[in-house]
Amino acid sequence: MRREVPLTIVFVCGAFMAFQYFVPHYVSAAVYQYALNWTIIIGIFTLAVGIGSLIHVHYDRISRRKSTWLYSIVTLAGLSFMAVLGILSPNALTDSQGLFMKMYFYVLSPVQATMFALLAFFIASAAYRAFRAKTVLATLLLLSAVIVMLGRVPIGDMISGWLPEGLRISDVARYILDYPNTAAKRAR
Amino acid sequence: MSNPASAGDSAARLRDPDTEGEYRFSYRALAPDPGPPAAIRAVDNPNDEGGKIVVSWEKAPGDNGIFDAVRGYLVRRSEYSDSGFYEITRLPMGSGAFSDASLKNGKSYYYRVGSIYPGDTLFATETAEAIPEPQLFHAKRLVVLISMLLFTGAAVFLITHARKGGDLYVRPIAGISAVDEAIGRATEMGRPILFVPGLGEASRVATIAAFTILGRVARKVAEYQTRIIVPNYDPVVMTICQEVVKEAYAAAGHPDAFDTKDVYFITQDQFPFTASVNGTMLREKPATNFYMGMFYAESLILAETGFASGSIQIAGTDQLIQIPFFVAACDYTLMGEELYAASAYLSHEPQQLGTLKVQDWGKVVSIALMLIGSTLYLFSDRAASMLTEWLIGG
Repeated sequence: MRREVPLTIVFVCGAFMAFQYFVPHYVSAAVYQYALNWTIIIGIFTLAVGIGSLIHVHYDRISRRKSTWLYSIVTLAGLSFMAVLGILSPNALTDSQGLFMKMYFYVLSPVQATMFALLAFFIASAAYRAFRAKTVLATLLLLSAVIVMLGRVPIGDMISGWLPEGLRISDVARYILDYPNTAAKRAR
Repeated sequence: MSNPASAGDSAARLRDPDTEGEYRFSYRALAPDPGPPAAIRAVDNPNDEGGKIVVSWEKAPGDNGIFDAVRGYLVRRSEYSDSGFYEITRLPMGSGAFSDASLKNGKSYYYRVGSIYPGDTLFATETAEAIPEPQLFHAKRLVVLISMLLFTGAAVFLITHARKGGDLYVRPIAGISAVDEAIGRATEMGRPILFVPGLGEASRVATIAAFTILGRVARKVAEYQTRIIVPNYDPVVMTICQEVVKEAYAAAGHPDAFDTKDVYFITQDQFPFTASVNGTMLREKPATNFYMGMFYAESLILAETGFASGSIQIAGTDQLIQIPFFVAACDYTLMGEELYAASAYLSHEPQQLGTLKVQDWGKVVSIALMLIGSTLYLFSDRAASMLTEWLIGG
């Protein structure tokens, strides 16, 4: 019974979604829109479940004084502070001079940008490990990567400026991206 | 021939009505006599929920993109055939149709259309009538319905064939074959397993594939009494993952071993989620990392951090841009459809194998249609567009 009821609900809802695609009648459209609205409402309530899970996990770490319990305090403090600030400020999202948006612009956004910036270093380390000329295909990959990287920066044309137009590194890089790379992406 | 010049002017000196006092040649001088639009028609908009009528007409004389004699069109509507007409819209020149929405189903509506000229609007004498109605079936989607029924029938046939012992071959995929080995490695090392179901919503195909793989991995983990950590980006995905892992532990006979704190929600922000998972990897030092689902820019950050912490990594995603990053940084990568096939390959259940096989047949049909469409485009754009429209169904 514990499996059958959810499976039945899933089957009925899935069958209706397939059915309404072929039936444009306004009753079908209204029920579909009603179901979509309920999806949003359920999503909001599951957010509450998610936040409950987050608090439960970090409270457990704090109460057991696990090795990272100080980070858990920071997490819960940040969550509480922003939640209280957002609820108590009537124009939290629209007032760019308010503390809520200042926290977003001057704390959260720079931190996110920092994480994104780490990608440059991770790409370098992954490329150093991955681009090795061990086989013919790996060598082709390495050569293509070198040509495309050089072709996307000014130094590529500086090096190959003496070559006729069409054979310079930037031209070859553009060719690689426009034809074999695009063809492979479309095939996938 | 209409001549907007004043009487007495010669054909070479024509007064432009828009620039009083200037003499210059205007194509309007060659335009035909003004007239109303012709062949006014009103029909119920097909394949909709009702409440919409499409009014169409033949353009007025002179509205051909050369003479610019017609300024536009005026559409009037009434609920009576011979009175009570009021303006509902004005359309620019070149228009030949108008969709009137938000009408009441089952009620008659009458339309008149006039062409707007400088100084006058000329209405056609005919009145068009239509009644908006909702349709019970979207006729343009018949091809889609037939395809769906054929696909379903083929799936039922293959599932039945698999249940009766028929052999459905699935080619070996290195990443999937390594799952059991990776779980065994974690058990031997006494370190946990990290499973990241991606940043997608629960309705996405890649996330659904991740659920099925998680169920399989969690079952093995439960049997080996190893710990599994599942950080989540989406709260709906978290609740589903909790149920999947809980059921896996129960099926393995160790329901008490399941800890809800190991399947938890972090945040719905991309990089804070990534930072948290990275911290988990560096602190918990899992022996095996699974990245299954939808990933974006954070894929390489996760994979490189996992490599730095010494984990064996198996990734699977259908995000085209992220596959190269996973290939470069992970030990095994499931690319696109291999992720969808993973659950069938791991479980060898007839239902999943049959569904996988019929998907392959569907791909063959898709490739054949692509070849036909591409060939048609070489010879006739119109024929290829008609084929596309017929297949898509509007």
